[in-house]
Amino acid sequence: MSAVMKKDAAISGKKPSAEVRHLVSDLFAEYAHRIDANELERWLELFTADADYRIVPRENVEQGMPGILIWCDSRNMLRDRIESYRHVNEYNLHWDRHVIGPARFVAHDADTWTVEASYVLAQTAQENGETRLFSVGLYRCEVRIEGDAALFSRVAVIADTGLVPTLLATPI
Amino acid sequence: MNWIDAPPLPKGQEMSSIPSSSAGAASIQWTRNDYSRVPFRLYHDPELFRQEMQRIFRGPTWNYLALAAEFPKVGDFRLISVGDIPVVVSRSGEQEFSAFVNRCSHKGAQIVRKAHGNTREHVCIYHRWCYSSKGRLMGVPFRRGLRGEGGMPEDFSPASVSPRAMRVVNYHGMLFGTFADEIEELEDYLGEFGTSIIPRFLHKPIEVIGYSRQLIRGNWKLYAENLRDTYHASLLHEFFVTYGVDRATQKGGVKMDARHRHNMNHAYAASDTQETAREAYAGIQGVKLDRLRLSDTQLLRHDPEFADRMSLAAPTFFPNMVLIQINNSLSTRQVRPRNVDEVEIFTTLFGYQDDSEDMRRHRLMSANLVGPAGLVSMEDGEAIELVHRATGRDPDGEAVVEMGGRGPLGDLAHRVTETPVRGFWSYYAELMGIEPEGAIR
Repeated sequence: MSAVMKKDAAISGKKPSAEVRHLVSDLFAEYAHRIDANELERWLELFTADADYRIVPRENVEQGMPGILIWCDSRNMLRDRIESYRHVNEYNLHWDRHVIGPARFVAHDADTWTVEASYVLAQTAQENGETRLFSVGLYRCEVRIEGDAALFSRVAVIADTGLVPTLLATPI
Repeated sequence: MNWIDAPPLPKGQEMSSIPSSSAGAASIQWTRNDYSRVPFRLYHDPELFRQEMQRIFRGPTWNYLALAAEFPKVGDFRLISVGDIPVVVSRSGEQEFSAFVNRCSHKGAQIVRKAHGNTREHVCIYHRWCYSSKGRLMGVPFRRGLRGEGGMPEDFSPASVSPRAMRVVNYHGMLFGTFADEIEELEDYLGEFGTSIIPRFLHKPIEVIGYSRQLIRGNWKLYAENLRDTYHASLLHEFFVTYGVDRATQKGGVKMDARHRHNMNHAYAASDTQETAREAYAGIQGVKLDRLRLSDTQLLRHDPEFADRMSLAAPTFFPNMVLIQINNSLSTRQVRPRNVDEVEIFTTLFGYQDDSEDMRRHRLMSANLVGPAGLVSMEDGEAIELVHRATGRDPDGEAVVEMGGRGPLGDLAHRVTETPVRGFWSYYAELMGIEPEGAIR
């Protein structure tokens, strides 16, 4: 085991069980799938009612500034975002494609695990099939596990990509 | 058929040849002297872009650089762009701010590579030429040679080759800079309009709470027009209308300075009724006034905090600056043209140092409205790209700008207008030296 792994295990006080690893891995897989398949209403079901979702440029995080691109402090508010996206906002018509790396278990408190995972998000214009790299960064999440169910109670998307191409409408 | 005999294509179907689409200012033909027609060529000519950087951004204009609050300590610096020119802005003394072109006097390498930081001197990594925080060349390694050999000529003068510096003025906490030696004073440039509205926003110490950047694949002047087009606001940005944040039926209007180069869109929320709004927007495709309701209304909260009680104020200054208040969201935007086809919009979110914890949280929440993911701003990126993409195929075409009337330019007590767009072009044409015969100003 590497020194890094030992240190993390010390922080969490406990290593995740294989079952927890599976649950979290499946949760991330569903997360990516439901955005990429444009099933955003079902994507909302992956969050607890009190979930906090935000997208923050890494540039701000590094400077200790809270500035957000998107911040919803409840699932209801996140639902408003999706409804606005569906019916109110205009945006570039595209498909999203997420690739999410392995989850890294950072800390543990009661039924909640703090996990991190890298992502790469490409966007493809529906008009002409042109693909561009849209955003790369890190998910810093809290996953609440109750029995055999895992839900996100917090997702902070820390976007290395600070220069947003065109606009940001669909969630990362 | 011999190529020489090819008949001319019907109007609007001409193929653009490379020489005619890149002929610069001299190739611009206005068909109306009140700028109610705008040639598409203006958005696509690389030579014209080069001339704009020279005549506008390096010319007799005051550019918005940064907020003084971004430089709390002496030696703090940040990289910005003035037009496509990379510039280092720093607090070079307790009450002194400086800005200089980020390019080494020696080989032309970029000197400063960190986006921000604190230092007493900047050193180019290539041959370690060293600059003060004002951008003065202070040191050249081996200038006197080694053991009497080599070195620069005796009469080499570091001061004479220092990078181009800007004149910087701190106006109520906003830093403006100019490359021009001869230019009106900043307060005259801002006009009565600017000198009354900027202190409104900066009436007490501010605090920067974050940044965002957006890359729009469109010419920078399409963004400049967008900022002066109050007509589009409540139509493109449906969130405004749907949730009553801003509607053309509300009390408001547009103000311009005497030269029509700056403008302000402003409005008072809740100064209309749901009924008048419903009537006005009836039949407009896409507007969904009554169908949707937010389940969480904190995004719509507005605690009036200015004496004028405006809920929306967006003063825009030629050539590169916007100050925006939407409810309690406060920000500046710096328009950074990158090339003829791309512009970066750099947003700085701010609040006040004496904000309560509740207001701090509320301002951060209100940031959902603005920026590249802003519920009332994201559409601009798409609309500008649509225009840029389609107009590039017909550089001899023109845009129609008649909403709000033709002819003379002036303030309006309504917002169903594009008059400030014509104001922008009148000052642009004046600076670029391409005014049509009998042009209005």
